[in-house]
Amino acid sequence: MDIYLFEAIINGILLGGVLALLALGLNLIFGVIDVVWICYAELVMCGMYMIFWLHSFFGWPILLASFAAILGVAGLGVLLHLLVISPILGSAPINQLLATGGMLFFLQSLATLLFGTDFRNIGVRLPLIELGDIFISYSRLLAFGTALIGAVALYLFLSRTYLGIAMRAIAQDREIMGLMGVDQRRVYLITSAVGGALAGLAACLLVLQYDVHPFIGLSFGPITFMICVLGGLGNMIGGFIAAFVMSQIIAVGGYYFSIEISYVLAFVFFIVLMFIRPQGLLAR
Amino acid sequence: MAADQNGQRSLGEGAMLTLCNISAGYGSFRALFDVSLEVGAGEAIGVVGPNGAGKSTLMRVISGMLRASSGELVFEGRPLTHVPAHRIVEAGIAHVPEHRRLFARLTVEENLRIGAFLPQARRHYVERSEWVYALFPRLLERRRQLAGTLSGGEQQMVAIGRALMSKPKLLLMDEPSAGLAPLVVDQVFDLVRRIREEGYTVLIVEQNLQQVLDVVDRAYLLEVGRIRLSGLSAELKKNPAIRKAYIGL
Ligand SMILES: Nc1ncnc2c1ncn2[C@@H]1O[C@H](COP(=O)(O)OP(=O)(O)OP(=O)(O)O)[C@@H](O)[C@H]1O
Ligand SMILES: [Mg+2]
Repeated sequence: MDIYLFEAIINGILLGGVLALLALGLNLIFGVIDVVWICYAELVMCGMYMIFWLHSFFGWPILLASFAAILGVAGLGVLLHLLVISPILGSAPINQLLATGGMLFFLQSLATLLFGTDFRNIGVRLPLIELGDIFISYSRLLAFGTALIGAVALYLFLSRTYLGIAMRAIAQDREIMGLMGVDQRRVYLITSAVGGALAGLAACLLVLQYDVHPFIGLSFGPITFMICVLGGLGNMIGGFIAAFVMSQIIAVGGYYFSIEISYVLAFVFFIVLMFIRPQGLLAR
Repeated sequence: MAADQNGQRSLGEGAMLTLCNISAGYGSFRALFDVSLEVGAGEAIGVVGPNGAGKSTLMRVISGMLRASSGELVFEGRPLTHVPAHRIVEAGIAHVPEHRRLFARLTVEENLRIGAFLPQARRHYVERSEWVYALFPRLLERRRQLAGTLSGGEQQMVAIGRALMSKPKLLLMDEPSAGLAPLVVDQVFDLVRRIREEGYTVLIVEQNLQQVLDVVDRAYLLEVGRIRLSGLSAELKKNPAIRKAYIGL
């Protein structure tokens, strides 16, 4: 096999890890709270700025800054829930979409206002790993490994703990959760924090590979939504698999054509699949 | 066992659960009008009445799923009128809701786990689940099966088991026999007897008047949101109006 194709496939898998993490977070929020955080990728952007300022400006070690960003974005998730979602929980889905969609523009504009449109780089350069003739970016490998650990941790949490089981149950019957002794508002807050933390974790991994600017969310927000819809909105496993399908299309398409064309291919694939299976690849 | 055999007692005195002039409804629609009722510790009480009488609404008010618009609800001396549902379970009232309402895409075991969500129940999860599996050996074989794939009778067992996981003092059951074959209905009523023998206090809503009067000590007849009649089961069984309207004799 062509060595460059092989490298593209590997890179696709590595990219898939981070996308899978974002898809998991979005699906978790949707599955439990039944809202779509349209501004999810913008939370990632906030996290990337947090790491940038803490590390490059205040000189915090990168690990500490990353940890702080995870907590920070978890806090943003809680704030988003309390200030935006919670007051409109019972209203029509379109209103919720408009509200979180509005947050997307709000966060983008706020970042532009505060930091300008400069591209900022934290200046951490991780080495390339050489495997025979193949080069693998260390930061991508790290991102993939961390994303995988995050996904496994989330899986264990959802399948083994009382709170995790309650989160899966709540999507099936909200009204009777109270009868089980579950305080819905508390579960929503915790879910928002976990969803935010996953966005924060993604921010830590992405800031190693990309420059931060107010519109960075646009580079992976839309693709994350496509992945979630492709896997069946709210379906964690579907989203996880779809992340790797999409990232392969992008990586291998980029090898045969160009990276721009590969995104076009991904969108076309998405649209065609929506015609064939509107309920998503792995609808339940 | 039954706290009081004459069925006459001044309201609130020594009762485990007291409802005093409870009214409730949905939006502008009123489903309950000044309902008063009491349940003594160790008693089994029935609530019977035709479709749409407000029986389920009454259960929902007690378990906090629905707020009473007026009236008072006292459980073991504690006012519970505006307490949210998750605190009411904590106080010791478990509700087996109408239509079972299992988490269909969770396994039997996970359904029981959710029933033991409260910290006080988690600590006793192992012994409680062993007790529930002893009560329903069928469920032990099926504990890894998705609840939605069980038969109606088995689902009812899970619904009751799930409620028992919180080790309640008072168990509310809303039509546990609905939609089950006659043989299974008998099993459900046997089960209610066994739960009583374990010392639980039970408040049970049933359409199945004849059978429920065989299990409970006293019963209330609810019609269009009002208590029409109440008394000892033996008396109600003999009541000509009830015999005519509900037992069909
Ligand atoms: N969620 C609701 N919204 C509006 N009205 C409701 C709602 N639930 C019940 N009702 C109305 O309240 C009244 C009492 O209903 P409830 O379910 O308590 O009756 P029930 O005695 O349990 O009847 P059944 O034996 O059929 O279960 C009915 O007229 C019903 O239409
Ligand atoms: Mg009913």
